[in-house]
Amino acid sequence: MELQGEADIPAPLEEVWNALQDPDVLKECIDGCQEMSRSTTTDYVAKIRAHVGPVRANFSANIRMVDVVELSGYTLEVSATGGAAGFGKGVAHISLQEEESSTKLSYEVSGIVGGKLAQIGSRLINGVTNKMAAQFFEKFVDRWTANE
Amino acid sequence: MAEHTGIGASVKRKEDARFITGTGRYTDDINLPGQTYCAFVRSPHPRATIRSIDTSQAREMNGVVDVFVGADLAQDEIGDLPCGWLVKSKDGSDMIAPPHPPIATQSVNYVGEPYALVIGETPEAAKSGAEAVSADFELQTAVMDVATATQSEQIHESVPSNRSYDWELGDRDATDAAFEQAAHIAKIDIVNNRLIPNAIEPRAALGSFDPASESYTLYTTSQNPHLERLVLAAFVNVAPEAKLHVISPDVGGGFGSKIFVYAEETAVIWASARVGRPVKWTAERSESFLADAHGRDHVTHAELALSEEGEFLGLRVQTIANMGAYLSTFASSVPTYLYGTLMAGQYKTPAIHVEVQAVFTNTAPVDAYRGAGRPEATYVVERIVETAARELNMDPSELRRRNFIRPDEFPYETPVALTYDTGNYEASLDRALDLAGYSGFAARKAQSEAEGKRRGLGFSCYIEACGLAPSQVALSLGAGVGLFESAEVRVDVTGSVTVMTGAHSHGQGHETTFAQLVSDKLGIPFENVSVVHGDTRRSDYGLGTYGSRSIAVGGSAIATATDKIITKGKKIAAHMLQSEEENVSFDDGIFTIPDSNESLAFGEVAFSAYVPGNFPLDELEPGLSEKAFYDPANFTYPAGTHICEVEIDPQTGCTEIVSFVAVDDFGNVINPMIVEGQVHGGLAQGIGQALLEHGIYDSDGQLVTGSYMDYTMPRADDLPDFTVDTTVTPCTHNPLGVKGCGEAGAIGATAAVMNAMTDALGVKNLAMPANPETVWRAAQGG
Repeated sequence: MELQGEADIPAPLEEVWNALQDPDVLKECIDGCQEMSRSTTTDYVAKIRAHVGPVRANFSANIRMVDVVELSGYTLEVSATGGAAGFGKGVAHISLQEEESSTKLSYEVSGIVGGKLAQIGSRLINGVTNKMAAQFFEKFVDRWTANE
Repeated sequence: MAEHTGIGASVKRKEDARFITGTGRYTDDINLPGQTYCAFVRSPHPRATIRSIDTSQAREMNGVVDVFVGADLAQDEIGDLPCGWLVKSKDGSDMIAPPHPPIATQSVNYVGEPYALVIGETPEAAKSGAEAVSADFELQTAVMDVATATQSEQIHESVPSNRSYDWELGDRDATDAAFEQAAHIAKIDIVNNRLIPNAIEPRAALGSFDPASESYTLYTTSQNPHLERLVLAAFVNVAPEAKLHVISPDVGGGFGSKIFVYAEETAVIWASARVGRPVKWTAERSESFLADAHGRDHVTHAELALSEEGEFLGLRVQTIANMGAYLSTFASSVPTYLYGTLMAGQYKTPAIHVEVQAVFTNTAPVDAYRGAGRPEATYVVERIVETAARELNMDPSELRRRNFIRPDEFPYETPVALTYDTGNYEASLDRALDLAGYSGFAARKAQSEAEGKRRGLGFSCYIEACGLAPSQVALSLGAGVGLFESAEVRVDVTGSVTVMTGAHSHGQGHETTFAQLVSDKLGIPFENVSVVHGDTRRSDYGLGTYGSRSIAVGGSAIATATDKIITKGKKIAAHMLQSEEENVSFDDGIFTIPDSNESLAFGEVAFSAYVPGNFPLDELEPGLSEKAFYDPANFTYPAGTHICEVEIDPQTGCTEIVSFVAVDDFGNVINPMIVEGQVHGGLAQGIGQALLEHGIYDSDGQLVTGSYMDYTMPRADDLPDFTVDTTVTPCTHNPLGVKGCGEAGAIGATAAVMNAMTDALGVKNLAMPANPETVWRAAQGG
């Protein structure tokens, strides 16, 4: 599974940086996220309900931030298990760059899936993750644009 | 005149009325009072150590009856799943079979391996419960590549180099000497692609325990219920044989994959006593993909030495066979005694040496699949013979003809342990050449080329060893069981007949074929004969159906028991007619004293047997029921020629099979229509392997062809209208002169297709499946 893209967030860099690490914001923006909490300064645990084609499951995810460069970027190491549906593992590189009136966020994700997700969903997984990313940024951007 | 329904008649199948009206009775159709449902929790990882399993959440769920892990089975001393055929390595050492607990305890070794089971009030409750079970796995590197498995990380503690055995057959020195004399040596490197069986009915099991009699009943989709019972009793330790009743009702296809004793039925029958209620499991199609034994999966290098005149001098074969993660029930015999022994093919190759390494990988176990070893052998022999013909610029049919064993040379002892009893290979080749319009091929090829297409023609002159098997030979080669078959012919008071057979029908039409056989021999109406199979309490014993053995071994047992009925009938008739037994003759259902006008119909004798008013009881027992155990003297050797003609569109890579001719010698044929149907099905599977089917694991160990979105089954529009014919040289050593037909299509077809494909594309080799992408790349020159 490979995924990359960028999003233009109409907010100052520092605000974006903080929002990206706020578990409540993340919960609100990740489609199907039931729980999101920060267990240490760099670790999050989440419960996400997702479906890939015919495979539906509740994923328990552990997310760790590594290689953090303040206000510039970091890497997320994600490991999610979905019981009988299988599992997913991946890394996401996030980098932020200040623009004139916004912040440019670039991401690069690579990962693998296993179990039923691979057996039945392997040809669907890229489409599903792309869609989840698009939905995330739509909601994330909405935080600053919705009330205008 | 009544319609001919005896031997040789294409009688419509008795069983089809229920199958096509949805009134068959399959395992999943059977429901018992108080029944619960089982769902298995399967590993999503190809290789991991199990640190712990958490079943607490599942146990608290509504509708969950109980949850079990491997340790629970171990506590009840449920044993490992055994491999029933001991193969020895070159150095005389025994093959290594790693422990194979039905439910994983310490580690999981392929995606889909079960590590827990959940019993629920409903299938949904069981499934939800299974989704709530989680395990803490310590992941390890999966071994996925068969070619490099021996140099990879060791999967099982007891198996160094991941090698179960390193086996050889034939004379290495004589073969080396033959190669030194060679004027030409043809070489090929081929891969026999992994297949996933896909019977139309997924596996299922329903176990129930009766505490009053302390006995178990297991309904399951087995091709051999007695063997299932034997293994569950003697090796897995579920219960003694007499306390274990196994029933295989209607079964919707097996192709080998339902021969084996699997984790699921073992766990289900065991759990039925634990929960005190019947337990049912029916596989979902995704489970079938993951956990049915797969087929084929060989990597082979082969060399053929020829004289200047094109005489075969020697054949060398080196194969690495993928066993998957564990040795399945008959896995070890498939790439050895069902493979190496077939390397002579139809030819007089004087020196042959075969080496096979069986290796473990983190994939589902691999075992017998329609043809089992013989399709792989045919693929090697027929691909290399075709390659040699092209390299020597000889007509491939003529090169084959030059090397055929001739009809006057039988019995023929091959250099690879078999003795062919009979055959006429030129007869089937000539008939096939004629039906394929071989002489017009060059013109058709030119026509295709003028239209921008590429046309090719390929042969496959296959042979198979069927009618498994002479027990003495099989036992000396490491088999764990005898391979005879049993039959009972029970004549009723009114003259109707019930036949109990140890063979098992899961699509083969035994209820029809066996009834034809008995009605023909006894001269009674076909409708008066009923065939019963698939029940350990109704048939004495049986080894089931696989290896094209049902008619050759099972049918011969029925014929023998029927002969005993005739002998006993003559005794009774002699008494009734106040004559001597040796004076009575029996023909077409009538007992007569020749040269007299005294005769009795079969039904009159049957009635008298059960109403023995004045039998001299010290000489003549009442009743008319006989049993026979038939152990064949040799394998049977069906053989034939398949010719495939293809046309390829180099622009799209699409292949059309424009004609497929199969001329098979199955010896005598009981029901030509059923035989033709068996050939059609086999050809579809053989062509499926060549062009469409491929079980693929990715390098991380995940099965990525785990559904019909990604695993391509052959469909009607992928196949041509087959031209099928037979030639007949009767088998010399069984009472019916029959050889068996179940696997021939799948054995012969694959090589014929690939020989045609490589001919059309002008390439030496092409990977299977030759799907449009592979073909298009080859057509573009790489």
